[in-house]
Amino acid sequence: MAIEEIPLSEQQAAEAPPPAQRQHGLWRDAVRETLRRKSARVGVAILGLLVAIAVFAPLLAPYGEREVLIESEGLRPRTEPCIHLSVNWIPDVPVLRQVERFLEVNGFSCSGSQPQHLMGLDGNGRDEFTRILYGARVSLLAGVVAVSFAVMIGTVLGLVAGFFGGWLDNGVMRVMDVFLAFPALLLAIAIVTARGPGLFNAVIAVSVVTIPVYARVVRSRALSIREQDFVTADRALGVSNLRILTHRVLPNSLTPLVVQGTLGIATAVLELAALSFVGLGGDPDQAEWGRMLALERNQVFTSPHLVFYPGVMIMLNVLAFNLIGDGLRDALDPRLHR
Amino acid sequence: MTRLVLRRLLSSIPVLFGILLATFAIARLLPGDACQAALQERANPRTCNDFNHRNGFDQPVLVQFRDYMGDVFTGDLGDSVKFRRPVTDLLVERLPVTLQLSTAALFLAVLIGVPLGVIAGYRHNSKTDVATIVGANVGVSIPVFVLGLVLQYLFAKQLANTPFGLPPSGQLSAGSLPDPWYQVWGLRENPVFEFIANFDLLNAVLIWRWDVFVDGIQHLILPALALSTIPMAVIARMTRSSLLDVLGLDYVRTARAKGLRERVVVIRHALRNSLLPVVTVIGLSLGTLLGGAILTETIFNLTGVGKTLFDAIQGRDYFVVQGFTLVVAVTFVLINLLTDILYSFLDPQVRVG
Repeated sequence: MAIEEIPLSEQQAAEAPPPAQRQHGLWRDAVRETLRRKSARVGVAILGLLVAIAVFAPLLAPYGEREVLIESEGLRPRTEPCIHLSVNWIPDVPVLRQVERFLEVNGFSCSGSQPQHLMGLDGNGRDEFTRILYGARVSLLAGVVAVSFAVMIGTVLGLVAGFFGGWLDNGVMRVMDVFLAFPALLLAIAIVTARGPGLFNAVIAVSVVTIPVYARVVRSRALSIREQDFVTADRALGVSNLRILTHRVLPNSLTPLVVQGTLGIATAVLELAALSFVGLGGDPDQAEWGRMLALERNQVFTSPHLVFYPGVMIMLNVLAFNLIGDGLRDALDPRLHR
Repeated sequence: MTRLVLRRLLSSIPVLFGILLATFAIARLLPGDACQAALQERANPRTCNDFNHRNGFDQPVLVQFRDYMGDVFTGDLGDSVKFRRPVTDLLVERLPVTLQLSTAALFLAVLIGVPLGVIAGYRHNSKTDVATIVGANVGVSIPVFVLGLVLQYLFAKQLANTPFGLPPSGQLSAGSLPDPWYQVWGLRENPVFEFIANFDLLNAVLIWRWDVFVDGIQHLILPALALSTIPMAVIARMTRSSLLDVLGLDYVRTARAKGLRERVVVIRHALRNSLLPVVTVIGLSLGTLLGGAILTETIFNLTGVGKTLFDAIQGRDYFVVQGFTLVVAVTFVLINLLTDILYSFLDPQVRVG
């Protein structure tokens, strides 16, 4: 009865540790630790930019994703970038005018009568800049989906193999070894060919190919965790295997899994772009960076901008996940805390 | 030592068997009819019957697999339906192209990656270090095909008429394929000699034609450079972090306290020990190289394993798909095996453990 009379806030204050010693969760610490690194901050910034582009593509894009401009503007396909610098928001400063003049002379700008296309037109007479913006949607989503799927399957396989051991472990891991014996891209090409080309199948293929990586990571964690005292204690208490797996082994495997997953997105994006490049990705109508680049690769000598911009975007996308992944690894690896 | 090697050899047998099964399955899972793909407009029920019978496709799957295994062990990988030649012939012709490319790429990667990593690790947090890290991060993020195209544009278009100009594609300049070395030496032709002769650079050296050698190198630089960036970046990063770890150890301090010259401390004491993980990374990169070769060969128009395989998958050339994936996968497993053995040779701890 006495407890009820104490005001709730006072009771909480008595139970909560003093603010100075408040423990943050592992993940909050990890995020803070990660963001202390300059490279990781750069990665987050790039990713943020890409996500913003993907979300607001329809607002940012001057034209439609599939809008063909040959008829309406009288331009040839693969017209070079045309940037109008003499827009109103540039202040009329002599230096800036000189820069503009320099760019104009060197072919970066164009006459005022020509409509502005920041990245030129593609081979079908569509605005490249618009398609680059829309392409962010596909590339981000495809990479994340591919890895999520691979992580789910890989985790289940790794947990089961590592925790139960024996013939199950042997069987599963030998199959994974066989998977790893093929170059990932080759296996992915074979899978997409078997299922038919298309973005969805490309995502599935990239996913399947990377399953062994996650299975291995989780298995090695599971192997060490099942020997821990707290698992033995659980066993003694009669806790079911399923509960030990989901409440003990899985949470303790998350750290390496998150790191591997983030880095894995970078690899997945690269592989998806490669599949698109060899013509096994989405349809040519869809704005997808790898495909856009592939369609124009024979024009690299005459219209380098159509290869350059998608290439840079793919690189930025991969770079973002690589930087974040590296930062996370450094932050979450206890050996590196000094 | 011998026991370890034997154990590793034995443990790779199930994987090799799995690879056999997988290559067999991959070839059979490709949709579309092999007969129609091969005979095109001449495909009709009668010719297809004949075709399937000739290639054993009318047998039960298990019998096909048994025959396949038997054939593989006797060195028969079947005939390409497209080229109408034995797959082994194609391998003799095209495997050297890929091997030469991968070796050159790996050579570049190690030659540039290791010194960069050493400098970056030694001058921790210096400008060189930061530049190396930034470069390595960008290096692992550039898709091979983007870099390849950019290099082509730079060296074959923009710099074409300068001393830095390089050819955009192919293995040798048109019309400059020299005689194979065994003919020059007056030897009888055989597959092994042919295989060696298909390494353009090696062949050029063997017949002492330096103009051909230089031409071959010029054609090799761009694809090798494009292919080498990812392993180069990975190697540089690994060398750096590994050297950093070792430089902080007591024995390095002892070496310095003994008054050894700095160069000796870093190169002979620290670097040697820090190269262990680098060896593993180099071994693993070979897998990336084989995968990247598919793209590099497509861009630079090299008829190597990667391009052949890709065309074969597209064209449903079953036996080529089967044979080439088999060779690639087995090579990969053998390289891993070698890396493991080399590692245990270099690191006594692994040998005992």
